[in-house]
Amino acid sequence: MIEIEDITKTYSGTTVVDQVNLTIQPRSICVIVGTSGSGKTTLMRMINKLVEPTSGHIRIDGEDIAGIPAYELRRRIGYAIQGHGLFPHRTVGQNIATVPKLLGCDKKKTADRVEELLSLFQLDPAEFRNRLPHELSGGQQQRVGVARALAASPNILLMDEPYGALDPVIRAKAQEDLLAIQRQFGTTVVLVTHDMEEAIHLGHTIAVMDKGKLLQCAAPAEIIANPATPFVAELIGTSERPFRLLSLAKVSDHIEPGEVSGDPIESTASLRDAYAELLWSGRPSLPVRRDGQIVGQVTLAALSRLAARPQ
Amino acid sequence: MKPGNIIRLIVFAALILFLAKPDLFSGFFSLFTKNNQPAIYNQGSLLDITLNHLGIVLAATLASTIIAVGLAIIVTRPFGAEFLPLSRSLANIGQTFPPVAVLALAVPMLGFGTTPTLVALFLYGLLPIFENTLTGLTNLPPAVTDAAKGVGMTGWQRLVKVELPLALPVILAGIRLSVVISLATATIGSTVAARTLGEVIIAGLLSSNTAFVLQGGLIVGVLAVLIYDALSALERYLMARTGQLGRAAA
Repeated sequence: MIEIEDITKTYSGTTVVDQVNLTIQPRSICVIVGTSGSGKTTLMRMINKLVEPTSGHIRIDGEDIAGIPAYELRRRIGYAIQGHGLFPHRTVGQNIATVPKLLGCDKKKTADRVEELLSLFQLDPAEFRNRLPHELSGGQQQRVGVARALAASPNILLMDEPYGALDPVIRAKAQEDLLAIQRQFGTTVVLVTHDMEEAIHLGHTIAVMDKGKLLQCAAPAEIIANPATPFVAELIGTSERPFRLLSLAKVSDHIEPGEVSGDPIESTASLRDAYAELLWSGRPSLPVRRDGQIVGQVTLAALSRLAARPQ
Repeated sequence: MKPGNIIRLIVFAALILFLAKPDLFSGFFSLFTKNNQPAIYNQGSLLDITLNHLGIVLAATLASTIIAVGLAIIVTRPFGAEFLPLSRSLANIGQTFPPVAVLALAVPMLGFGTTPTLVALFLYGLLPIFENTLTGLTNLPPAVTDAAKGVGMTGWQRLVKVELPLALPVILAGIRLSVVISLATATIGSTVAARTLGEVIIAGLLSSNTAFVLQGGLIVGVLAVLIYDALSALERYLMARTGQLGRAAA
């Protein structure tokens, strides 16, 4: 658990982060959203002491981080950034092994861990271990960046706009990878982004920041249904609200009995995808397929009800 | 093999051959002599003088490198930042003093011989290396330095494992400039009795023997070109290895 208590950061008179209180539950993904200059990155960087707060306290699992030497704290917290920040003069394998090596881990164990992580990110260890970062594509570099952050199995992973430089297709893939990895390892993830779509897709909780203040911190459904301020509503996009709400749920949770013909949709798809497919194909309902079997249908009428503002 | 490399090899072989067996070239150099003057320098072995010349340059550059890189490292650390302007002006002063003036000033204190030449070359070599090391250490990709902090490297680890390796090509460029300047400037050292190739040139000037002047000048010139070339190649290799070809500096 990360407890941020009354944190303020001022740079020569300008308040960048203003008395923020935020508790991040263990094994959850918390996405901090805001426009540029909102203080979201500064807030995140105070968690691993890349920025020292002017006042306030941050506790990790009850321990005040002010008492931990910065480099020691950082070795316990994964850190992945936009533009990956890989060391250009070191191979992929050496990059991933950075933190275990700093911690003085056993060589054999570290090599095994590098192998495991490369496989986890669908990079063939034999092919990629000895390559230099500049020989990889943007998406591969980003994956190696996250692999490096996870190398010492940290409980906490900080990510600063990690997908900012990726194209939409690779970004979607990277987001799915992150969700899978977070589920597998139970890592607490703090991710900073300016993209509300990404926040809603990834976050268990979303913290919205503006001008250094934390405006609202809640689950995505709550933020969409009841934005605390007009700014939060604007960030969500008024006309996008119903679709964002639909994007939070999966088809599998809203299957109705009944048989219809036509192209089926997978039960793992989001309701938003199902809704789009219904509108596009002009059908009132779609058959739902799970593991190759048709298991029911989703209807336009049901989705329309689900997309309405929760009462 | 590329044509450039063939030319380099031929030039290098010719230099070695000339230093080992200068008499083989006496036919060529006699074209530049008058009144039966000797065609090949005869007051000492050209090989010995060349090695001594290189030795002085090497020693001076090594000392400049250690001091300049050390200074640049100190003034780019948080605790040394306030010394940045001071060290910049010190290195600049080293550069604005003409080497001849340094020699003239150093002789009364250090006496004739190699020492004043070493001092002059050392002072003269500081600035290019210092400036380049500063450039190299301050123009690192921000994402990389941020990551180096973020993974939990201490200040020393960041310097040794990330900053210096990445700045190395730029530092090398400074060393290269320094070496080439020193190679040429070392000839002046012969005016205060340092044993350098300047001795050959001065002997030629005193006796109006163009062949001597040519020999001394050619050896210095060829050495400078070859060393410049070799260090450039090393820089390019290091740049390419770290994928930094785009950020080549001075």
